[in-house]
Amino acid sequence: MRLKCPVCGERDLREFFYVGDAVALDRPDADAGMDAWDSYVHLRDNPAGVTRDLWQHEAGCAAWIVVTRNTVTHEVKETALAGDVKRARG
Amino acid sequence: MVDLIATTPAGAMKPYVSGVATLSEIALGKATSIAPFKGQGAAVETALGIKLPKVGKSTSRAGQGVVWFSQGQFLALGFDVPAGVHGLAALTDQSDAWCALDLTGEGAEDVLARLVPVDLRITTFKAGHALRSQLGHMPLHITRLKSGGFRLLSFRSMAGTTVHEIQRAMDHLAGRG
Repeated sequence: MRLKCPVCGERDLREFFYVGDAVALDRPDADAGMDAWDSYVHLRDNPAGVTRDLWQHEAGCAAWIVVTRNTVTHEVKETALAGDVKRARG
Repeated sequence: MVDLIATTPAGAMKPYVSGVATLSEIALGKATSIAPFKGQGAAVETALGIKLPKVGKSTSRAGQGVVWFSQGQFLALGFDVPAGVHGLAALTDQSDAWCALDLTGEGAEDVLARLVPVDLRITTFKAGHALRSQLGHMPLHITRLKSGGFRLLSFRSMAGTTVHEIQRAMDHLAGRG
């Protein structure tokens, strides 16, 4: 598998560190309540299809990257800098 | 002041020749990482007197070089960063942190092809291009020299393993005849 780092370009999988579901960008407020925090910390979907994960280009520019990919076809649809994604949401 | 004898990271190894490639240790001299503060890129360039390279590139002027090092970070090699840059960028002295090796000769590309998961052929990785990748599991910074060879920067703490891995790849390649 190859991922396109938004900074460095397309690179081999072994340069990347897999962090997990991109849910880390949606950290709830401290007072969001037990359900929101339970979901944030513990609950993950395991989709057969499109998923969004967070990866880090560990061996390259160290960028945190949101990767949108399909777990069934292995197609990588989109990659974006996590910082840009977060800023775009405000 | 007493001029002490500095030990280079790879122990002042003699150039290692195997097949059609040569590995030599280079004394880098001063190395400083420069991370311009937000919006200060142009001011840093003015104070430095050298353009900051674009992603994956390097720049030089009168023997002084700057290589792209990471997101928003550059490495100034071989000269003291002028005082004017202070206050415009985060500066860190990295002089003794990196082991610098030059891999030259016709076989250099083939040696690295065995070790680095990036296409480093001259068609895609041209003179002055610079990138960060890895050698095995070790971080590695690579710059293509004007002479056609490669300048490799690896962590000083991993210098021994880096040299060993490259020498091994050179020998294996040479063994194929």
